[in-house]
Amino acid sequence: MRSDDTGLFARAPGERSYLTEGTTLRSWLLSTDHKRIAILYAASITMFFFIGGAAATVIRLELFTPKGDLVTADTYNRLFTLHGVIMVWFFLVPSIPATLGNFLLPLMIGAKDVAFPRLNLMSWYLYVIAGCFTLAALLLGGVDTGWTFYTPFSTLYSNSYVLLAAFGIFVVGFSSIATGINFIATVHLLRTKGMTWMRLPLFCWAMYATSLVMVLATPVLAMAMLLICAERLLGLPIFDPRAGGDPLLFQHLFWFYSHPAVYIMILPAMGVVSEILACESRRRVFGYQFMVYAMLVIAVIGFLVWGHHMFVSGQSPFASMIFSFLSFVIAVPSAIKVFNWTGTLYRGTIRFSAPMLYALGFVGLFTLGGLTGLFLASIPVDVHLSDTYFVVAHFHYIMVGGSVSAFFGGLHFWWPKITGRLYSETFARSAALWLFFGFNFTFFPQFILGYLGMPRRYHEYPPEFQVWNVMSSTGAAVLAVGYLMPLFYLTYSLFHGERAPDNPHQATGLEWTTSSPPPKHNFLVPPVVETEAYAYHDWDEAPGAADETMQDERA
Amino acid sequence: MSSRPVATLVEPFEEPERQHEAMVFGLWLFLATEILFFGGFFFLYAVARLQDPSGFAAGGHKANLLLGTVNTLLLMSSSATLTVAERAIQAEWRRAARVGIVATLALGTAFLLVKGFEYHEDLSEHLFPTMPAFPFTAVGAIRFWSFYWTITLVHAVHLTIGLAFVARLLWLDRVGTLGPRWMVTEATTLYWHFVDVVWLLLWPLLYLAGR
Repeated sequence: MRSDDTGLFARAPGERSYLTEGTTLRSWLLSTDHKRIAILYAASITMFFFIGGAAATVIRLELFTPKGDLVTADTYNRLFTLHGVIMVWFFLVPSIPATLGNFLLPLMIGAKDVAFPRLNLMSWYLYVIAGCFTLAALLLGGVDTGWTFYTPFSTLYSNSYVLLAAFGIFVVGFSSIATGINFIATVHLLRTKGMTWMRLPLFCWAMYATSLVMVLATPVLAMAMLLICAERLLGLPIFDPRAGGDPLLFQHLFWFYSHPAVYIMILPAMGVVSEILACESRRRVFGYQFMVYAMLVIAVIGFLVWGHHMFVSGQSPFASMIFSFLSFVIAVPSAIKVFNWTGTLYRGTIRFSAPMLYALGFVGLFTLGGLTGLFLASIPVDVHLSDTYFVVAHFHYIMVGGSVSAFFGGLHFWWPKITGRLYSETFARSAALWLFFGFNFTFFPQFILGYLGMPRRYHEYPPEFQVWNVMSSTGAAVLAVGYLMPLFYLTYSLFHGERAPDNPHQATGLEWTTSSPPPKHNFLVPPVVETEAYAYHDWDEAPGAADETMQDERA
Repeated sequence: MSSRPVATLVEPFEEPERQHEAMVFGLWLFLATEILFFGGFFFLYAVARLQDPSGFAAGGHKANLLLGTVNTLLLMSSSATLTVAERAIQAEWRRAARVGIVATLALGTAFLLVKGFEYHEDLSEHLFPTMPAFPFTAVGAIRFWSFYWTITLVHAVHLTIGLAFVARLLWLDRVGTLGPRWMVTEATTLYWHFVDVVWLLLWPLLYLAGR
């Protein structure tokens, strides 16, 4: 290592990358470069992640003992609302799309930038403005409705800062719509020569499917939030049952967005994991076309299952039956993906690198989260488990075990490309294992708690639940350490890490053909694609080679 | 269409056809978002109307049909004038384009003025559901007026944003870059038409429902 090679802005002599094109604050805040906007997003969502995490820490501390001895019931309500609102809208929804997606999508399809670079920058500013509103609501005293804002409590009875928070969510919705529009247009119009639809890396397909959901579901949330504002501000009785409103209507509108939003969080994770598994086992993705169609089917059916959140809300039993059936149906494409990931590993040369550990962790945790989802999709079981810790554990397995693991996996996998530096593999591997252990330690006991009947959203509980809660809280401490570890060794690598070669993982994909970090316009010469994605080996080396060769010729 | 003016290229596009395609496609994606947004309101309308049809009709009878119809005519004409402006820009008839844009601005502003006058009338008849003197007790009528106020306000906000975009065209014309940026006009026109079409749906839903 050369002596001038340390420090955040230290560059190799003569190096020109997107990081060296202007180093003033202004050159970052007004940049329309998708790579810089991705970094801006990454910094902001990291901040929100730790704010949301701090709330979760206090929640778990409170639940260590059965009595409400740390915070009052009212504070507890505000804490879990804060945790939910921040983590869903300010961390999970933008996490992979706005950071890794923004950075990688144009690189992967061989484009100079996204289709609408200024809209891309605007989406970050909208995110920041929305974040300010939400933080203002938090600093003034918080919101106590839960992240779901159920009416009529949120519109008539809550004395907290619902209006500010709802407006913040309304605005952040437009930030994600802007990202969605940009990604769809980019994939349609800016693919480089030879990059046909069926040659797109699965990460791009995942971004595409996610964007479809963002564009079509988010406006309904915006509309629902606007109606909450209208009722609170103008007093229009839209959800107030005493004056002819319908509180259940809000739940329909809210879940029409918020169920597809689960797929906004999980589809990008599926894309990331497909990339890592193929590269780190040196295999073509098994059943590429099925992977593509599975993602699109998930995105479409995701719109038709919202009623499974309302089995005990008083909807027609016939509607419940249909929603239950469709919720089972959506498990089929999800299972196809899990089987194909396992199929990809078959006869592969597996490297247990840090990204791979995260990706393998994802497959396991996603499977467990998905299967417990089927428990909840079944009406009689759901009646027993509704609003218990079983539900909490289920969606944390999907959102934290699934999405966050994949986000961390992707962050490590593309870290050398994004920053031009290598992180410490030993630290990264131990953090991956530590997180997997800590996660299960925290959330598995909650399945049992929920099954035994402990309801969610209470700060006190009967003493017989204490043993499981102590387990979960201890696990949360382990998990917290696991989340802090990457913060340190990744930051360290920025200053002191070894310089990364252009393609440290010997991966396929256009993003690895350009330098690390990439130049401002991504490629010096527009790339041309001649093979399908994941050409890690010849077709005839694959199991069942004969069938696959035919697929090859057709493509 | 073959003689469109030479377009100003913006990053990351290298040929005007692609940029044009992207702009129109992007705007349609945004309109898809808007359709879902307004779709939620129409869902609200359907629920309200089906649950108490007679109360809903009684409430709707009080809506000011005359002003609503005048406004419909104003907006439809504005769509026509903006289309004329858009075509004129592509044919490089600057003067016709300017007249079309100014006419659109005038018609759009007139719509908002009429709407404001109508709001004033409504309020003087106590047609806001939270007013103590609100003349109805039927659930359907309350819902009609809740819907009326929410949707027309949301529509007015959309129209105001549209007016800002049309005003921008006038400014582009003033600095002389409207010709090379005819794609902006096309995008603005698409958005403006969308806002008009929403009103075209609202006119029968609000003003003819009670008759």
